[in-house]
Amino acid sequence: MHEPAATAVAAGPAVPVLPPAPLKPGHRGVAADFASDQRAFKTATWHKAMMWIFLLSDTFVFSCFLISYMTDRMSTVEPWPNASEVFSLELFGENVPLLLIAIMTFVLISSSGTMAMAVNCGYARDRKKTTWLLLVTAALGATFVGMQAFEWSKLIAEGVRPWGNPWGAAQFGAVFFTITGFHGTHVTIGVIFLLIVARKVWRGDYDIARRGFFTSRRGDYQQVEVMGLYWHFVDLVWVFIFAFFYLW
Amino acid sequence: MAEAHAVAGGQQGQAHGQHHPIRVYLIVWFWLFVLSTLSYLVDYFQFEGYLRWGLIVLFMLLKAGLIVAVFMHMVWERLALVYAILVPPLVVLVFVAIMAVEGDHTALTRGSFFAGGPPAPTVEAPVH
Repeated sequence: MHEPAATAVAAGPAVPVLPPAPLKPGHRGVAADFASDQRAFKTATWHKAMMWIFLLSDTFVFSCFLISYMTDRMSTVEPWPNASEVFSLELFGENVPLLLIAIMTFVLISSSGTMAMAVNCGYARDRKKTTWLLLVTAALGATFVGMQAFEWSKLIAEGVRPWGNPWGAAQFGAVFFTITGFHGTHVTIGVIFLLIVARKVWRGDYDIARRGFFTSRRGDYQQVEVMGLYWHFVDLVWVFIFAFFYLW
Repeated sequence: MAEAHAVAGGQQGQAHGQHHPIRVYLIVWFWLFVLSTLSYLVDYFQFEGYLRWGLIVLFMLLKAGLIVAVFMHMVWERLALVYAILVPPLVVLVFVAIMAVEGDHTALTRGSFFAGGPPAPTVEAPVH
């Protein structure tokens, strides 16, 4: 059935292959990109676009957590425990408010910086530096999770439970364990993937486009950038948790 | 960029990878440290009320903006991607508003319930 048509096309005059239309800038570009009857994200690979869409969905997950926290805190009739005192740490006989949380924040920001450097070195094809920076990022991430484990044990020892605590509104514990627990899980998963990506960079997988373990797709150094997107997102979520849960 | 778009598959990413001067990252990194310190100081100096909340939100938004714009390369992406990713979270603000009203209402009913105590025992329970 399809034969005649196929031969007609093959035998017919060569169809001129048009060069792709130049991309329009600004808002006309937005309309043109979405109306192009093709992929809308013209300069982002699917790999990157899908990571962004995953991060968007993850944004909604954490938004829901923070909104539930807001509703809990607004509607409770008991006083909300003072985070500044709850998370204070005794140093040289003095109580420093939020000390551990501040250190955790700096650790995570440092790891974001080393991650950005790793992406940069990856595109510069500096395998050694990229590997080391990824490993440093992973180490800082692991440090963060370790400090969080310390914080959890400290609070559990002081009697914080998801259903109550010694200082006030019972919802405090539930909110704390849910939000920091989910965030810590994200960091942990990030550390695991950082180690995987570091190994791939070190082995030179992205130079020879070796097939990956997960999707068996050929990788390139953009995978380091996409890994970076996830890692920076984890830092981004912490910015909001730090502001709303610990400082508010 | 147009040629890069025509290239298929895995090569595509490298054609327009996000490679920027390392200086930009270092500047942003520095400011993230400064902003984190400032937001920590808000707590340290025990600012209260609208000053506290205003500063917390200000530093938070500046930090988030820097991370998304530079570390996540949003300023260098095409607007179609930027809008597709950054507009939906804004709709979350509507959800925040709805739940704030709900939370307020719950607080109000709880307040009046606990102020009035449990329902008076004089009301006779229906006998079955």
